[in-house]
Amino acid sequence: MAFINLKNKEVQAKIVYYGPGRGGKTTNLEYIYNKFNKRIKTEMVTIKTHGDRTLFFDFLPFDVGKIKGYAVKIQLYTVPGQVKYDATRRLVLRGADGIVFVADSMAVRREKNILSLRNLQKNLATFRKSIFRVPIVLQYNKRDLAEQGIPLLSLEMLEKDLNSKLKAPYFEASALLGSNVVATLKRIVWMTMSSLLKELK
Amino acid sequence: MTYMLGRKALDEIEAVLQQDLSDVGVDCIFLIDMAGNVIANLDNGEVKHDIYSLAALAAGNFAAVSTMARIIGEDEFSLLFHKGEKESIHFSKVLSDFLLITIFGKGISLGFLRLKVAEATEKIKKILEPFCTP
Repeated sequence: MAFINLKNKEVQAKIVYYGPGRGGKTTNLEYIYNKFNKRIKTEMVTIKTHGDRTLFFDFLPFDVGKIKGYAVKIQLYTVPGQVKYDATRRLVLRGADGIVFVADSMAVRREKNILSLRNLQKNLATFRKSIFRVPIVLQYNKRDLAEQGIPLLSLEMLEKDLNSKLKAPYFEASALLGSNVVATLKRIVWMTMSSLLKELK
Repeated sequence: MTYMLGRKALDEIEAVLQQDLSDVGVDCIFLIDMAGNVIANLDNGEVKHDIYSLAALAAGNFAAVSTMARIIGEDEFSLLFHKGEKESIHFSKVLSDFLLITIFGKGISLGFLRLKVAEATEKIKKILEPFCTP
């Protein structure tokens, strides 16, 4: 649910990082926070368990700059990835204007990725939104682990499992090292803004 | 859903927040939507809160409490209020998509605040209604 303030010439939109637990959603936001900390005037908000897992959400407001004379403020959120937190995950998803699905490239997480994407589809449907219509970017995270000899899902397999019907833009990334984190963000911001403009026409 | 508010509606909302709440001593007032976007905010010039983080947390908190209400068979809880030693925070739903949040000190009683918030909420409802989806 984006808000356009015609008085202050400002657009606020919400982008949600979704995906299975321990997939790197929070790490994406932490990287963005550290990289752009001069532009981000506030602290990153995190609601974690004692075990350092996301309990409710992480939140990071991010000033993108001006688009067509409007100052664009993007609110970045992560959902808790663990299966048991479905109720809170749904709450965070409410009003999302764009979604980054962070998939875990580790071979052992294949099933978890598929279940999480199905869960996203189901939860979007509760807000009468279709996964095929909402701006979405896939991020295949942890590609750097191949160098440590950890078995990873091939790009083809990830595409077949998660993106064969969606046909969404995707990035191979390492949230820990920062590779393609910014590219993912730029792409979803661009898609979200394009979608808003289309909606307003 | 994307919605936009123009200068006239925002000026009217700010006037209500100013006259009904700020002028009677409420320290900080902000109107947000349920996605956590900030529509309007006013403060007394003495407090400097991180409004965007507060808005995200308030929207999340309100949504969590509403879900708890539904689980125990209530439509919603009528009073949402957190009391602090110096500052307290009060939440009031406006229509189905908006939330009016007030932060106030010891100089105002909760009863008086609720009365003023109820008055302001009615006025804001009338301003926002044309912008809401049916």
